[in-house]
Formats: sequence, structure tokens, C-alpha cells
Amino acid sequence: MITIQGKGVSKGIAKGPLYFFQRSDTTVTLKVVSDIEAEKARLAVAQEQSIQQLNALAEKCRDDAGEEMAVLFETHAMFVEDEDFVECITSLIDEKSCNAEYAVEQAGIQFAAMFAAMDDAYMQARAADIKDVAKRIVNNLLGVVDGGIRSDVPVILAADDLAPSETLQLDKSKILGFVTMGGSGNSHTAILARTMGIPAICGAGEALAEGYNGRVGYIDGETGQLIIDPDAMTQAALKEKYEKQQETKKLLETMKGQEDITLDGKKMLLYCNIGSPEDVAAVLANDGQGIGLFRSEFLYLSASDYPTEDEQFEAYRSVAAAMNGKRVVIRTLDIGADKQVDYFDMKEEENPALGVRAIRICLNRPEVFRTQLRALYRASVYGKIAIMFPMITSVWKVKECKRACVSVMKELEAEGIPYNKDTELGIMVETPSSVFVAEELAKLVDFFSVGTNDLTQYTLACDRQANDLGKFFDPHHPALLRAIKMAADAAHKAGIWIGICGELGADISMLPTFLAMGIDELSVSPSAVLPVRAAIRQSIAQTCTLEMLEC
Amino acid sequence: MKQFEYTINDPLGIHARPAGMLVKEAKAFADTVVTITKNGTTVKAGQLMKLMSLGVKQGDVVTVAAEGANEDAAIAALTAFFNNNL
Repeated sequence: MITIQGKGVSKGIAKGPLYFFQRSDTTVTLKVVSDIEAEKARLAVAQEQSIQQLNALAEKCRDDAGEEMAVLFETHAMFVEDEDFVECITSLIDEKSCNAEYAVEQAGIQFAAMFAAMDDAYMQARAADIKDVAKRIVNNLLGVVDGGIRSDVPVILAADDLAPSETLQLDKSKILGFVTMGGSGNSHTAILARTMGIPAICGAGEALAEGYNGRVGYIDGETGQLIIDPDAMTQAALKEKYEKQQETKKLLETMKGQEDITLDGKKMLLYCNIGSPEDVAAVLANDGQGIGLFRSEFLYLSASDYPTEDEQFEAYRSVAAAMNGKRVVIRTLDIGADKQVDYFDMKEEENPALGVRAIRICLNRPEVFRTQLRALYRASVYGKIAIMFPMITSVWKVKECKRACVSVMKELEAEGIPYNKDTELGIMVETPSSVFVAEELAKLVDFFSVGTNDLTQYTLACDRQANDLGKFFDPHHPALLRAIKMAADAAHKAGIWIGICGELGADISMLPTFLAMGIDELSVSPSAVLPVRAAIRQSIAQTCTLEMLEC
Repeated sequence: MKQFEYTINDPLGIHARPAGMLVKEAKAFADTVVTITKNGTTVKAGQLMKLMSLGVKQGDVVTVAAEGANEDAAIAALTAFFNNNL
């Protein structure tokens, strides 16, 4: 049994013959030519071909791998035509009477060196792009077709590394997984594997020898192992893992498009938690019916200064539009405690979790709050946005938040900027005090969403960041569950809906309890949607009890 | 000749994508030469590699100049371009 250890960059198990990616032989030799004009004509033809190929790749990329890579290929096409680059090549041909292949290769080396010498990491990385472009032109001059996969059966593709243009041209139906000697979690190979949903390992190193070509291997994208000729025990374990994976896959496929309803007709709203607009793709891919928590912190955490109203507006608008009429609950900034940002200039606190965080910051800094609310209300005409306030502990806080909203709406009205005046306003139930005054709070808002992570922390008096609390930290503690029930009863008494956006929402063992409490909505990570849906569809709400609330 | 100064806002500076777009914009104006100057180094806006090699980053101030028959139209279009993309 041979085990090659690399870094798993895309999950999954696959079994198949190893196939080492063949690059066509493109060694360029210097030749002296007699007809310089003919050589330049050859160059022009190869350039034309290259540009066409690159634009075609860009188009293909838009569908398969996203906008960023498509733009990369379009830029490559521009390099091919760049005046300086072309002048360098033609000058070489003129001076040395050499073949176009040699001139292109040399020009490529020169320009790549120029970029590599720049003091900007982004520019340095462009050196690889120039090399890729030069190689393409040379290949076209030589009349060589890029290496493909010559195999009748699907294979595990092995290579030292794969360039972007190479990964894109592969016949995907023939690939079960990737394993490369080099590369990283952010390399094109990894990204493509994750998009395709197949396993991939990178950094396998020298151990990945071409001698293994043709041998049957098992690739585990989670552990990062490539195993050739596994012993009986390993094989059995891998087989089991594989079968489980297939089962889940099948389950997921059948669950897509199905309603989130119990066997006895109780409907639930099954939404997703996201941290940035990029996550929306996963929500849609996993058939999430809305977004129950859009954490707005990324806008503040990833910047070096306060995000502008326009920047925020664009982010909220894009998500609202992408969700196409499905509800998007956006939480106002929740900085503090474990999420720190320099430019906020917050004082050091002994107990950040109990300090000035989240809504307290907003109420202390009305300008910051106003900017975010303006952006949210402006975006509210592009979809179904709901605004949610975190860390609510009192009735007066909610009233102040609502006053801020009214003030913003008046401003926008006066400026003639459209907004949706019926935008739902809700609060996170994540503090014990909000549970005790839940009845009064429910009268003021349109919905509750339980932040179980923080609610557990504050109710059990246990630091959620600590690792050594062990048995003291019980996520299913009756106290917590009773708190949720109190909030649920208060919500229903006032006729508003209640959801759960903390991690407990995806805990399937809690589903019967939630059904018994009458929780209306669960917001989970995109990958948990279909498993939770499956569980909902197998449940009978009437038979669910509150026994977990007993001590 | 007409010109204007611009401070780059985009965190990536004049990177590949806007550089490519800028090249296209600049070339659209017949009989007019567009140049970009940073810290005393001037390059023609139609040359992608040279433009990128200027290494224009966020916060840099560049002078965009146009000279020729269509310089007014060029400057107007380029002002809009920089505001929208950089």
C-alpha cells in the first residue's frame, strides 16, 4: 500500500486509474530564417489564433468558473496584441533573422522578468500570465494542440501543476479528481475541483511519481491522501466513506425543489446564514428559501476605514436582487467581542462580550448607524429586505432603533430616493433580558431571530470561545431551550414569526423540539439546507414533545 | 493639449482589468494621443504592458493628458472612465 500525503483542497472520495497529464513537447530551438516577412506573417496568424482561443476560453469561463477568471483570459488576449510586446518580437526577428517561435519565447521571458522585478505582489504574479501567453503563441506557431486526456474511462488526473488555461480545456466528464505535486488551496486546480464538486489534493510533492501512471488509486480530498493498492482495512474504510458520500449526494438531489413541510402539513421556512455576497451562489445551489442572517460585518472587517453608504448599498442591493423576491434578513453591524476592527477605535475592555458591542456601538455612534440604515433602506426597493438588530436587551433600545429608522426614511423621502416603507424590522434574541421582556419586545417588531450561540453563552454564563469548559457548556441545556420557548410563546402571542439563526438551527436532534415549540424559521449554513429539509419532511409535528426542556 | 489629475481610489490600482479597458478607451479616439504620467514617467495609454509597468497603486496621483483632434472628447470620456473604474 502506497500512501501519498498532500493537502486536501476539495472534499470527496474517488477511485480510478491515475493519469499523468501530458504536456506536448514544445521545446523551442533557434533557427535562422531567410524570409523575414514570411516569418512575421506566421506570427500574425498565430497571434490571431491565440486571441480567438483566449476569447473563447473567457466565454467558457464565464459559465464554468466565474467572472474573475474570464477577465483574466481577456487580459491575456490583450497581451497578445500589446504594441510593446509585439514590437519586441518583431525586432528580434529583424535583428536575428530568427524563427518566430524563438522571438516569442525570448520576448515572453523578457517581459515576464520585468513583471517579476516589480515590487507589487499582484504585478509579480502577472509574470506567470505573460509566460502562459507566450507559450500559447508558440504552440500555435508549432501547430501543437494542448495536451488532453486520452483515456476511455474517467481518471484521476495527476500533474506537477496545472495552469488556468490547461484546467479549463480539460474534458470534465473524464475527470474523477485531481492530484498535483505543487499548488495550493487557492490554485486554479483547487477552485475548479470545488466548483465541479470532485476531490482534489495539492502539494503531493515528489512522491507523486509518473511511474504510477495507470495504477488504480483512491483519492480522499478531506484527508489529502492518495492511496495506491490499499490494504483490506483501508479499502473497506474508504469504501464506506465513499458510499456514505454517494448516499448524501443522492439525498440532496431528491431534496432540491421540495417543500419544507412535515408529514402532517406544518410548514417551516428554511433559510441560510451568509457572511458576504459571494455566499449567495451557495444559497441558491442548495435551494435555500431565503436568507435568515446576512452578517454585515464583512463590510467593516475587510476595509481599512468605515465603508461608505454606496459600498454598503451595493452589497445589500446585489444580495437582495440575487435572491429574487425571497426574504433577505440583514443584521446591522455586530462588531465587538470576538470581532474587532482597528479604525473603530474602541477602548480596551475587560469583558468584550459584555461590553460595547453590536447595537450599543450603533446607538453610541449615530452617524455609523445612520449610514448603514440609509444603505439598507435604499436597497429595500430591490428585493425583500428585512432589517435585524443584534444584542437587544431592552425595550428602549428597540424604540431608539425604530426612531433611527423613521428618521432615515424621512431623509430619503425628502431627497426623493425610493425605499420600501414596509421593510420588516426584527431583533436577535440572544440575551437573557430579551427573553424576559419578550412579550413587550414582540409588540414592537415584526420578527424574532434567536442567536443560540450567544444566548447559550449568556444564559449558562459560559464563554463560547473557551475550550476547557467541557461539561459545563451544554448546547442543549434545558435553560436555553426554555428561554427559546419563552421567546416563541411571546412571538406567537403578538402574532409575529420567530426563527433560529444560531448553529443550533442545523442541529437535527433539536428539530422535534423546535417543531413542538412552533418555531417558524430555521436559518442554517447552505450545506445544511438539504439535510435539514430531509429531516423536516420525515417529521410529524404533532408527535413532537418538549421533553428536552425537562431537567 | 488637455489634461486632468486623478487620485486612484481602487485598492488594486491600475491592475490588469481596468488597464485593458483603459487601453481600449484611449485607442477609440482617432488622431489623439493619450498619455498617463506618474511621478514624472509618462507612457502612452494605448500600451498595456507599459501602463501596467507604471505600477499605479491606490493613492497615487496620475496626470491624464490628451493631445490631438479629439482631445476634448477624449478627456471627457477618460474623466468618466477613471471616476467609474478607478
